[in-house]
Amino acid sequence: MSNIVLQVEDLHTSFFTRMGEVKAVDGVSFFVRESETFGIVGESGCGKSVTGLSIMRLLPEPGGRVTGGKVILEGKNILELNKKMMRAYRGKMVSMILQDPMQSLNPVYQIGDQIAESVRLHQDLPENMVEPEVISALRLLRIPAPESRINEYPFQLSGGMRQRVVGAIAMSCRPRLLIADEPTTALDATIQAQYIALFEDIQAKTNVAIIFITHDFAVISRICDRVGVMYAGKIVETAPTREIFKAPRHPYTSALIQSVPRLDRKDERLFSIEGQPPSMMHLPAGCRFSPRCTVSMDICKEQEPPEIKLTEDHSVSCWRVK
Amino acid sequence: MQTQTTATAIDTKAKRKYSGMPRSRRIMQNLTFWIPVVIFALLITCAIFAHFIAPYPFDKMDMVNRWAPPGTPGHLLGTDTLGRDILSRVIYGAQTSLAVSLLVVAITAGFGTALGILSGYLGGNVDSVIMRITDIALSFPGMLMAILLAVSLGPGFMTVVFALSILGWAGYTRLVRGEALRIRNSDFVAQARVAGASSWRIMLVHIFPNIVNPLIVIMTMAVGMMILAESGMSYLGIGIPPPRPSWGNMVSDGRAYLSPPQSAWWISVFPGICIGLVVMSGNFLGDWVRDKMDPRLRQL
Repeated sequence: MSNIVLQVEDLHTSFFTRMGEVKAVDGVSFFVRESETFGIVGESGCGKSVTGLSIMRLLPEPGGRVTGGKVILEGKNILELNKKMMRAYRGKMVSMILQDPMQSLNPVYQIGDQIAESVRLHQDLPENMVEPEVISALRLLRIPAPESRINEYPFQLSGGMRQRVVGAIAMSCRPRLLIADEPTTALDATIQAQYIALFEDIQAKTNVAIIFITHDFAVISRICDRVGVMYAGKIVETAPTREIFKAPRHPYTSALIQSVPRLDRKDERLFSIEGQPPSMMHLPAGCRFSPRCTVSMDICKEQEPPEIKLTEDHSVSCWRVK
Repeated sequence: MQTQTTATAIDTKAKRKYSGMPRSRRIMQNLTFWIPVVIFALLITCAIFAHFIAPYPFDKMDMVNRWAPPGTPGHLLGTDTLGRDILSRVIYGAQTSLAVSLLVVAITAGFGTALGILSGYLGGNVDSVIMRITDIALSFPGMLMAILLAVSLGPGFMTVVFALSILGWAGYTRLVRGEALRIRNSDFVAQARVAGASSWRIMLVHIFPNIVNPLIVIMTMAVGMMILAESGMSYLGIGIPPPRPSWGNMVSDGRAYLSPPQSAWWISVFPGICIGLVVMSGNFLGDWVRDKMDPRLRQL
């Protein structure tokens, strides 16, 4: 197996509000290997984006704080870095693509300058080498005619093109890890498919490890090698993508997969999970999913299930799994 | 709008300029630009070359020709109580009035913008403290402050600039803080942080350029406002001390002789017209800048 780029161990992230502490991420562990795509999937508010932001150490301030755990990137715990060192890390070692391409570019600068910003901040290049670097970043994202594109402003570009430019900024310093937080939600289906193909292409060229945050199982099945299913601040099941679709072990995972509309089946009604996700301030005792779980037992409501390793890459937290 | 190459971009731009807009509107838009520009250019030239343009020194008295009406040979716009040439004094007055207003606008806009960006971007306690001070500055009566300063420092050019600046920054801070707050939460600032940019860099390189548009609009309008404020202070006798003329103290000088027996309206009216012209030009220019800066309006 190729080497591990990122190892997250027992990550805890809380928001301290006037109403009390909200444990948005509550003991999440996973790892990502070189040139592997790890998907994090879950409902809105389950903590997937916060996990991504914790790894970048860009939690909204004031209020957001990592309260425990380790984030080991290339052998270094980045939670121990000071602000200045962290800035040097961001963009260079780990980069992120945010959700909305329409908003991610500064309207007053030409796109060439925006990509050059990251290049200038992290690579000690002579000024005449910056532009070739910018153009190669645009080429990596398969943007046609990059030489003339660099002089255009964001409003002159289409949504799909803007998203690619954002990708070019993120990839401009060839980071080891790329976090993509629902990068496809704002795009239409055709562009989405193109964009996902692009990710595969970039990965093949640069061996970058990717964390792909989404709520869309279709996207997961297309791009991810392994998937972590998140529920109420915890990863309940981690498995290779194939296994998760073929043989999900956690009741929540299987319920989620059943809720995806399918063209090849004529169900009368779409399956839905009863109830609501728990409030992050008043979590149920025991397993967090137990109030909504169709197969819950007594022990589920009393004790949190331990993580059980089924194979090297497949682990699950459920009392039903033996 | 999607353009393939730079060449076609210029092409379509040129076409739009000459065929896109109705002729009447185009002329109107150009007029609101050219009239103020010509007025400002004229006044600034007067201010800089006052020494060469003015027919007399500003304090040259001609006791034979006191209260000479406009059109008197040698005194195109007439003379005042001491027989000083009004035209010369208006020209020299441009010097003081423009210098005061431009200086005050530069100081207040610079200071106010810096505080506003800090306040909006950093938030938290910094924001609370800056905004409370801003509230105080906005609610403090400006004239009272000016009078207090004039009394304690003695009237003079720098006192006027200081008095107008000490409270004037607050408006900019309010405006800029709101804009900075909005921009701070936009994704491109987050993206810049992802790329590893420092807070200073984000404030200077990413937030400031996005605030320039409304800032310029307010600044152009403020030039006129500051001349008006300086006039107000001079009128109350706490502005530029005589004999140096400013438009404000000229209006004030003429006040006593507006009615019979002298009926010397020209002492006050000509500097008054200048004040009016500058304020109007500032407002026109501000409107024009706002229209040009808004990309949505520009496309029409």
